[in-house]
Amino acid sequence: MPASISVQGVSVEFRAPDGGPLPALGPVTFGLDAGSLVCLVGPSGCGKSTLIRVIAGLQTPDQGKVCLDGEPVTKPSRRVGLMFQDANLMPWRTVIDNIALPLELAGVPAAERREIAMKLLPGLGLADFAGAYPGELSGGMAQRAALGRVLIQRPDALLLDEPFGALDAMTREQVSSDLLALWAQERPTILLVTHDIHEAVRLGDRVLVMSPRPGRIVADIAVPLPRPRRVSDTYQAEFGAIAQAIRQAIENS
Amino acid sequence: MQRNTIQQRFYRPLERQITLGRPSIRRYVGLLALVLILVVWQVIASLRLYPSFIIPPPGAVLEKFITVVQDGRLWLHTSTTLVEVLGGLALGVSAGVVLGYIIAKNQIIEDLLSPVIVALQSTPVVAYAPLLVIWFGSGPNSKVLTCALTVFFPMLMNTVVGIRNTPAPLRDLMRSLGATRAQMLTRLEIPAALPVLLNGLKVSATLSVIGAVVGEFIWANAGLGFLINLSRNQYDTPLVIVAVLTLALMARALYSAVSYIERRALAWQQRTRRD
Repeated sequence: MPASISVQGVSVEFRAPDGGPLPALGPVTFGLDAGSLVCLVGPSGCGKSTLIRVIAGLQTPDQGKVCLDGEPVTKPSRRVGLMFQDANLMPWRTVIDNIALPLELAGVPAAERREIAMKLLPGLGLADFAGAYPGELSGGMAQRAALGRVLIQRPDALLLDEPFGALDAMTREQVSSDLLALWAQERPTILLVTHDIHEAVRLGDRVLVMSPRPGRIVADIAVPLPRPRRVSDTYQAEFGAIAQAIRQAIENS
Repeated sequence: MQRNTIQQRFYRPLERQITLGRPSIRRYVGLLALVLILVVWQVIASLRLYPSFIIPPPGAVLEKFITVVQDGRLWLHTSTTLVEVLGGLALGVSAGVVLGYIIAKNQIIEDLLSPVIVALQSTPVVAYAPLLVIWFGSGPNSKVLTCALTVFFPMLMNTVVGIRNTPAPLRDLMRSLGATRAQMLTRLEIPAALPVLLNGLKVSATLSVIGAVVGEFIWANAGLGFLINLSRNQYDTPLVIVAVLTLALMARALYSAVSYIERRALAWQQRTRRD
């Protein structure tokens, strides 16, 4: 079951070099409906990654709270999948064992988890690379392996922190389309951080815009375009109008 | 490792490099150096510039070697030293790894122990080895301890560095997947630290022989260090050389064993993309 997420008055402070408090994030309040795909854009350093860490339960906010299906988040949950800008694979594990890691930690027997992971490989374009090590993969392949690792969890919510940020433009469109296809099947709730406005409009049901540090939500823009959306649709007028609105919100923030 | 044909075709060039290792000509250059040393040695001995108890000819050393192999003395002393070395390695490595892990994980314990560790580490083992012999007797125990102490410090340092260098994003990943403390150790920290740990083990393997021999030099009833002392006092220089060469071989064999483990355990490091 997709999870709903609600972020309530969350703020985070860091310690400045002089020892004083340095507001890094918020206060931020917003909600994600179960099964929706929401994109988060904002200037670099506005606390997007911190927000993701707080929602994931990896970091405790100084104020406010995050709820998953109404339950306060106090520690990481297996219902929530995480993906970062770096593929973050374990270099000593083969692709198949990297993808199967979540099942391994959950105590699924080796033969069974490998079988499940094997079934994911063709959809990720990695069918021939089960036994390859991460060092042998291209950036796009490594990121697709990371996508496989998060999908094998069957997460109810996905937090994606610029997952395509390190990829070249072509690979990026490819991998983000793969993500859309997989989302259409399983429908986990997705929060996707990106710095690419067009990508945000192409993927999201809504686009949240954050201000510079300490980041707050300054705009919440709906994307009422029909799905499936193709890369070529990004050249249409409605599409451009929404992208324009987002660009304006960033500049005004 | 199960892999299909496309990959085999794809990776074959890399695998060939790994299995063949160094090109064949370079392999024999090292051997040539040994032959050269033997020739120079023989020439110096034949010139009779020095009495034969100072520089015995290679033939005399070989003869002595055959004698001590046949009467069992070489094996007696070699096995004694080998047991001390292996015992010392086991003790020193496990103590170094366990304490290193605790220190890496706990700032307060590091602050508490680091003055003692730094003081002990900067004192040569040779200096405090007599104390160990006084406390733990002239038998193998004191040698196991000198050996363990020599091995302990590099192992400790490498463990601290290895565990501290565990990538933070992978730590976050493991936490987000609900990894237990034990899983964090076995699935992340140990494999991530393994290259550094094995490097420490390689250093330790070589040092361990030195550690045991230092103990034997102080006071012992058996062992290659004891044999060197004894035969030196008897002006039996060929036997000294036999014992020294045996020690060199032992250290080399230990080093090779760890290198072999390293190549097997870190095979993934060899397999990287080159384009």
